[in-house]
Amino acid sequence: MPTYYYLLLSLVLFLIGTAGVLLRRNALIVLMAIELQLNAGNLAMLAFARALNDTKGHVFAFFVIALAAAEAAVGLAILVGIFRTRQTVNLDEITLMKR
Amino acid sequence: METRLLHLIPLFPFAGALTLFLFGRGMRRPNVHLVAITAIAGAFIATVLAFSRLHEAAHATGLTDHVWTWFSSGSLKVDVTLRMDALSGVMCLIITFIGTLIHIYSTGYMSHEKDHARFFSYLNLFCGAMLVLVLGDSLPVMFVGWEGVGLCSYLLIGFWYDVKANADAGKKAFITNRVGDFGFLLGMFLIFQAVGTLDIPSVNGAAAAFTAPLWGQTIGFWAALFLFIGACGKSAQIPLYVWLPDAMAGPTPVSALIHAATMVTAGVYMVARMHALFMVAPLALAIVALVGALTALFAAIIGFAQNDFKKVLAYSTVSQLGFMFVGVGTANFGSGVFHLMTHAFFKAGLFLCAGSVMHAMSGSGDITKMGGLKKLTPWTHGVFLVCWLAICGVPPFSGFFSKDAIVAGAFATHAFEGTSVPWMGSVVGVMLLAAALCTAFYMSRLYFLVFSGESRADDETKRHIHESPMEMVGPLVVLAGGALLSGFLGVPGSRNWLAHWLEPSVGPELHIAPMTEYALMAVSTGVAALGIVLAFVFYGGGYRDPAIRFAQSMPGFVQLVRDKFRVDEMYAFLITWLVKRPARLLFWVVDRFLIDKVLVHGSAAVVDVAGRLTRSLQTGDSQRYLAGFAIGVAALVYIATRPPQPHELRLKVEGTIVEADVGTGAVGGDILYEFDFDGDGKADRSGKTPVQRFVYEGSGRYTITAVVRDTKWDTSTTLVKKVTVK
Repeated sequence: MPTYYYLLLSLVLFLIGTAGVLLRRNALIVLMAIELQLNAGNLAMLAFARALNDTKGHVFAFFVIALAAAEAAVGLAILVGIFRTRQTVNLDEITLMKR
Repeated sequence: METRLLHLIPLFPFAGALTLFLFGRGMRRPNVHLVAITAIAGAFIATVLAFSRLHEAAHATGLTDHVWTWFSSGSLKVDVTLRMDALSGVMCLIITFIGTLIHIYSTGYMSHEKDHARFFSYLNLFCGAMLVLVLGDSLPVMFVGWEGVGLCSYLLIGFWYDVKANADAGKKAFITNRVGDFGFLLGMFLIFQAVGTLDIPSVNGAAAAFTAPLWGQTIGFWAALFLFIGACGKSAQIPLYVWLPDAMAGPTPVSALIHAATMVTAGVYMVARMHALFMVAPLALAIVALVGALTALFAAIIGFAQNDFKKVLAYSTVSQLGFMFVGVGTANFGSGVFHLMTHAFFKAGLFLCAGSVMHAMSGSGDITKMGGLKKLTPWTHGVFLVCWLAICGVPPFSGFFSKDAIVAGAFATHAFEGTSVPWMGSVVGVMLLAAALCTAFYMSRLYFLVFSGESRADDETKRHIHESPMEMVGPLVVLAGGALLSGFLGVPGSRNWLAHWLEPSVGPELHIAPMTEYALMAVSTGVAALGIVLAFVFYGGGYRDPAIRFAQSMPGFVQLVRDKFRVDEMYAFLITWLVKRPARLLFWVVDRFLIDKVLVHGSAAVVDVAGRLTRSLQTGDSQRYLAGFAIGVAALVYIATRPPQPHELRLKVEGTIVEADVGTGAVGGDILYEFDFDGDGKADRSGKTPVQRFVYEGSGRYTITAVVRDTKWDTSTTLVKKVTVK
């Protein structure tokens, strides 16, 4: 199969993930959408690794998986914290960055 | 000859000034005196050592000390080089010797002063700056000293700054000097334009370059004239003399050192230093001589009616500086420097006597309230007597020889031959004789009113009259010795040591016919005697009938002279109208409107509006921020990763030959180009070059298709264009 098939799939996944990050109001869903973006990146890297016959792409994919786990842990912790103080995870109501 | 000795000369006083400035407040009084006197005496010793080695060096160049290169820009290179030749050597000796005496005197005079460390710090700083002025080998270095002494003069005139009149006098001195300094700078620019260097020996050596015409005269004339304007400011000549009488607001040792003996003679020194430039501009010399003679006469007349001890001496200084300018202005440079030296002795002596007298009179300098001090202050009287006879020009006191050298030189000069003013020498000579008469008269008036007859002071002051302490009398006696003897350095004729000594620095000595010399000596002596006798008739033993009757017969004129011909008022009027009005206009238009309203408030308003507009963007919603971020990243990625795309198929048609070019020649080796020229769907040309040629067999209209194929990424771009072949 030509490489660009994989890349196209990766792009579509990434765009879906981006749309989720930008449009969904529930912070939990946003975190999941971020996972989608990261995995789209993983897919692209694997596709390139295959096309270039180079294992560096695989290595990076593992790094990204580790990073995604850490990100999810921290993100969920923040989410729990926010929920405790504000009783909501709706991003429209969390405008802390205005101040 | 290069020596490391010279930079020590100004370094001593500078180090003393810095020490006293930083630590003087915490030091005990004797230690302050020790530092100050060590600093100036060290400079004196270094000067003597250097001076004693001067005969080893070549006469024309003297000793040099290259300290460092100050700056170098384009063709302008300015070195901080000090040079001691015959002229600057004599100047350094005068400055450090009289400076040492006056420092010693000041320890007594300022003994009741709280802020004495500041005083001695400034005094040391002044000596350092003055030494830089005379030793500086290029005009910019000289200018640094020139400004430095101006600054110290300002600081010391306003030493008692809590009295507004003193602070005002300091400002007046500084601002008037700025006018002159402007002339100095312009002169410097013209010199640089003419000869491309500012080193004084090079400038003097390039006199021929100053004959180029400029504004109807030679460039040398304008350069000399502008330099002379600077000299007018520093040396208190018409029209910039007004600051010097007011400068008497400073402590008396300052008046003696700065405003009589050294700083005010800087202008004379500068003209002598630039002698070659002035020699090629005889008209400028004539202006120097005329201004000097006018000042000598005018200031002497004002001196008739002054009632303050120091004011009389101040106008006397202005007048004597006029004499010196006539000396240098008649190309008789040696005589100007000679009078500078003798004047330094007797005028410093006179001023220190004034300080001693005022010390005795409980601080008052009003000569109408003095009299009879001959018996009460015998040492001061003796010194004053010597200095008085010297300034009057009575033989064999020093002033007689130096004044005579100038007057005789004015009559004998050849400087104005061949110019439009060949009579200038005689004219200024006659004016000087008149000024010498006035000098003898007003100085004798001062002497008789202060020392002869009975005291006119009130009883309280009378009880306190006393001779000054030893540290004040000692320097006075030494200065009196100088006033008595220094004239013998310049006895006219074959033994004129000083003029001969100065020849390498200021050009050949002016030889005067013996008959002219003797005749003028007789005339000068007669003039001096006449002035003294007249003054005795008017003031011997106090105010006499002729003086009182004269004052009553012409009260208006006497008042006009006493008010210094109201020149200050005229300047104030002119400045009020010519400077203050435009200044007020500029204040309202530029400062209040342009700067305050437009620039300050305007820029604030712009920021305010921009803030109001952009505030709505800050919603605090992280998703909106992210959206902006995503758009930005997308744009960046697009711009950064876009390969050079073939976007146009360029065709060059020559008859039936067509050259097709897709224009991405820089792209690497994985790109294949396929060209279909005849429109049959099959590639006619293919390969790795983006430019291909095809020869058509006949005319017609063809469709050319180019396919750019990237074999690595499996992408391809197709470009289509139609061509008509004839």
